[in-house]
Amino acid sequence: MEIREIENEIIEEFELFGDDWEQKYEHLIDLGRSLPLIAEQYKTESNIIQGCQSRVWLNARYQDGKLVFTADSDAIITKGMVALMIRLLSYQTPEAIIKAPLEFINKIGLKEHLSPTRANGLVSMIKRMKQEAVQHLAK
Amino acid sequence: MEMKTVDSNIHLDVEAIRLNFPILTKKVNGQTLVYFDNGATVQKPIAVIDAINDYYSHYNANIHRGVHTLSREATELFEQARQTVAAHFRVVNPQQCIFTAGTTDGINMIAQGLAKSILKPGDEILLTAYEHHSNILPWQLWAHENGGVLKVIPLLSNHSLDIDSISTLITAKTKVIAVTQVSNTLGLITPLEPLLKLAKQHGIITVIDGAQAAPHLPVDLTALNPDFFVCSAHKMYGPTGIGLLYMREQWLKTLPMAKTGGGTIKTVSFEKTEYAEGALRFEPGTPHIAGAVGFAAALKFMNAVGVSNIYQHETELVNEAQHQLLQLPEVEIYGQSEHKAGVISFNLKNAHPFDVGTLLDKYGIAVRTGHHCTQPLMQLLGIQGTVRASFAVYNTKAEVHHFIEKLKRVIHLLA
Repeated sequence: MEIREIENEIIEEFELFGDDWEQKYEHLIDLGRSLPLIAEQYKTESNIIQGCQSRVWLNARYQDGKLVFTADSDAIITKGMVALMIRLLSYQTPEAIIKAPLEFINKIGLKEHLSPTRANGLVSMIKRMKQEAVQHLAK
Repeated sequence: MEMKTVDSNIHLDVEAIRLNFPILTKKVNGQTLVYFDNGATVQKPIAVIDAINDYYSHYNANIHRGVHTLSREATELFEQARQTVAAHFRVVNPQQCIFTAGTTDGINMIAQGLAKSILKPGDEILLTAYEHHSNILPWQLWAHENGGVLKVIPLLSNHSLDIDSISTLITAKTKVIAVTQVSNTLGLITPLEPLLKLAKQHGIITVIDGAQAAPHLPVDLTALNPDFFVCSAHKMYGPTGIGLLYMREQWLKTLPMAKTGGGTIKTVSFEKTEYAEGALRFEPGTPHIAGAVGFAAALKFMNAVGVSNIYQHETELVNEAQHQLLQLPEVEIYGQSEHKAGVISFNLKNAHPFDVGTLLDKYGIAVRTGHHCTQPLMQLLGIQGTVRASFAVYNTKAEVHHFIEKLKRVIHLLA
């Protein structure tokens, strides 16, 4: 699926909850729980993205012209956001990843998680994902 | 200021006090704000906001040395503020009260001053295991650059300070004991009297970080008589960017300045400078005049309510919160004690404090999560961080109950 299609799918999924933030967060927490575990060997210092509060581990590999990401976080809400980003950007081409606008975060009402003061490592994770894509294009 | 205090020994009219704080009616995420992040900074009463506004509207001028009326009036306000601060902390000579940018600034000034004069390679400085980074780093910097040693007073299993260990930690090389009066993370009150007594017996310089104590407890510096004491106005209902550095009179003349500049001098030539005496020696540049005025207004507010009343009220809130939290099997409290000042720190078992804080915020409840600038303490406790609820005079039992109800929802959501 293309990134745009996945974004629309996520937006539709979250529209079900309307203004009920509790349900929205329950869903986000469920997404975090369903995120496939990153292999312990990849939870290394170099794969850690240090937020001030919650930590994110991100591993990237290149497979058949596409980037594959696995990740984890020690905070479940952050992990839910991580799961959304993986669903969107994993198994995509580097070109598509670089161009991804990521407007859906705003549309599903979770923009606050991208605020720099959240200090949850998510902004840095997205940056790292895009950097991986840029690096693979440069190779 | 209209301040109705009902029966100064038992009940504060908290609803009347709340009317002094415009921000408390603010809606956050569609909910009425419950502000439990007072350990980070406290909200400001109208009296403080007005005092700052009034200063800039009617008195603003640069102080000292101005011959014109405005400058004289501004100077008077600034020096009156110093007197108010001195009176609040029971300091006889206001010159011992130096305005700083805040607690961190004050500790840096002390550490740098002592590094230039007293401290020698191999000397030891005694800290507690629950110090804030601000009372670790200035000493660590000196230690790293000069071959000094930091020694740490450990905690007992209940997280209170192991006071008995101090006498074994003190050596002939111990030059400074720098301790917080109240742990910003745990809220525990450091038993200062035995500590200061030991320090005196051994001729050790004492530095008290009062940042978390001064907002909650009456502090009598004449009775305590430490060498140095520092605190920040913004945690005491005053503005940011201003704080107090108190020093025992002898240090006014002997502590080397960490920074210098205009305002600190009597005469200057390119060859030599004769420095001013008293507080001015440590206040280079144009000081935060409006800040000092706001600080004084904040102290007047605290004294109108009564600092002992504030402490009593906040202690009731802490005990109520602690009591309610103990009913929840999912909760682990750190530094559980009834001898605390305004702070309660906890975690939900199996939940990251970030998640708890994020969800509480959705309910309009502001708490602090993370390491609270006490990473060594977090390492000691073996945790990444805690959720910290910290109280001020305007918080209510109803807010505590609301917080507990919402915390139960958070437990449900994260289960």
